[in-house]
Amino acid sequence: MAKIVTLAEAIGDNVRDGDTVAMEGFTHLIPYAAGHEVIRQGRKDLFLVRMTPDILYDQLIGVGAARGMKFSWGGNPGVGSLHRFRDAVENQWPRPLEIEEHSHAAMANAYEAGAANLPFAMLRGYIGADLPKVNANIKSVTCPFTSELLAAVPAIRPDVTIIHAQHADRKGNVLIEGIVGVQKEAVLAAKRSIVTVEEIVDELAPPSPNSVVLPSWAVTAVSHVPGGAFPSYAHGYYPRSNAFYIGWDDIARDRDSFSAWIKENVLDAGPEDFARHAGGKPAKAT
Amino acid sequence: MTDFTPTEMMTIAASRELSNDDVCFVGIGAPSAACNVARLTHAPDITLIYESGTVGTRPDVLPLSIGDGELCDTALFTVSVPEMFRYWLQGGRITTGFLGGAQIDKFANLNTTVVGPYDHPKVRLPGGGGAPEIASNCGRIFITMALSKRGFVEKLPFITSMGHGEGGDHRERLGMKTKGPTRIITDLCILEPDPTTKELTVVSIHDGVTREQIVDNCGWPIKFADQVIATPVPSEVELTTLRDINARTKKAHQGDREAA
Repeated sequence: MAKIVTLAEAIGDNVRDGDTVAMEGFTHLIPYAAGHEVIRQGRKDLFLVRMTPDILYDQLIGVGAARGMKFSWGGNPGVGSLHRFRDAVENQWPRPLEIEEHSHAAMANAYEAGAANLPFAMLRGYIGADLPKVNANIKSVTCPFTSELLAAVPAIRPDVTIIHAQHADRKGNVLIEGIVGVQKEAVLAAKRSIVTVEEIVDELAPPSPNSVVLPSWAVTAVSHVPGGAFPSYAHGYYPRSNAFYIGWDDIARDRDSFSAWIKENVLDAGPEDFARHAGGKPAKAT
Repeated sequence: MTDFTPTEMMTIAASRELSNDDVCFVGIGAPSAACNVARLTHAPDITLIYESGTVGTRPDVLPLSIGDGELCDTALFTVSVPEMFRYWLQGGRITTGFLGGAQIDKFANLNTTVVGPYDHPKVRLPGGGGAPEIASNCGRIFITMALSKRGFVEKLPFITSMGHGEGGDHRERLGMKTKGPTRIITDLCILEPDPTTKELTVVSIHDGVTREQIVDNCGWPIKFADQVIATPVPSEVELTTLRDINARTKKAHQGDREAA
């Protein structure tokens, strides 16, 4: 059964130095508040997994929390580069970053294989592309029935997956709506999981019998963090701050302005500061 | 109408490639603008799909990311990302993929990964995202990007997604049954692969553009088809539709002042 705890407890209990950590959310429901708590608690040597690293992993890479990253598209969507990611790859600042690069299709299949408790995923992919030449984790298998050659990649099995969702009930059952991405697969593929939510409600009341629900017994910890997906968004609660994504380009371009932003908005801040983005009241600190 | 920019011409020419019957996997940026202009003008029933899982979406403003809430709010339905790539894309349900890129070569292979060596890149670009499998699994591919020497290069440092590979029947030799890139729409002209060699060849030139301009802006000695036509200029409806959606988009993206 999921424990309903503060974000500081959830991260403290479940994210360890050196862990393979997946923070998912495909543009939508990106767990920013939880990522900031990981930075505040000084976790290091993390191997980060995420299809689209987005600004959140730019921040984790920029503070030096990551030893490596597995990903499939490392940009600021619609804006341009992730400057902290680029600085790490191009100039090894603040530390070298080992990268394992895939396509979206391969990452999505690899999460699904992890959730299905399979050792690898296969897909009709990477045909004629150069990534298999630079990534030893892209191999091939031959279909035993047709002899077709298919791409194979290892299943993703994170030590811990962190996601954000709309709401949970008091037992810790979680409801996800809108662009659901790979969150369900990422949680089910992981040893431990943390879900931050906009609201904790008396009745989960899924809107359809086919709603995406993660039952309490498949989740490790749930934390109430209103606004916790900002500057991404929570369908039904608040929109994506495209202005923040555009503004991040200037903040992250320069090492000093990045570090100053992290100090003010992460190190000297807390999960309760996200509530203003949700237009609601912050969760209690304890 | 004669007063239009090269970028507007590019977007409108790209939009004309699409029809009501298309099920189109839409890349972000220029492809997204072209696909939505098509939907708002001559192809109101086109099915637009974004890789975030939104199917049959009808956005009122162009998304900044492939997963803006607007896409989900206006979609017929939204699926998970594994379902999108497995059932709909790999399943062969998508007629047309619409891509952009940082660099392209004469066989329409695309690079959005690195400039310079992969291990020590001079410029680290975002990477492939959905493109490697979009390029192989969609029935055909349209590409839209501005013609420039930096973008249209003789040799790519990295092939992120395969177009026609080394040319000729390279796709068939690798077992692909899809057509690959069939039209490349730039701000100066439209290119098509030669039916045999698959080398990109100019087939249509936009209004007011000279052959010299095209040659000067391409990184390889570009060829012209025997029959080159003049691209029709944008109609008033096309131009108004594009400008209106761009204006709505700009207002929406900069509207939320809750920034840094």
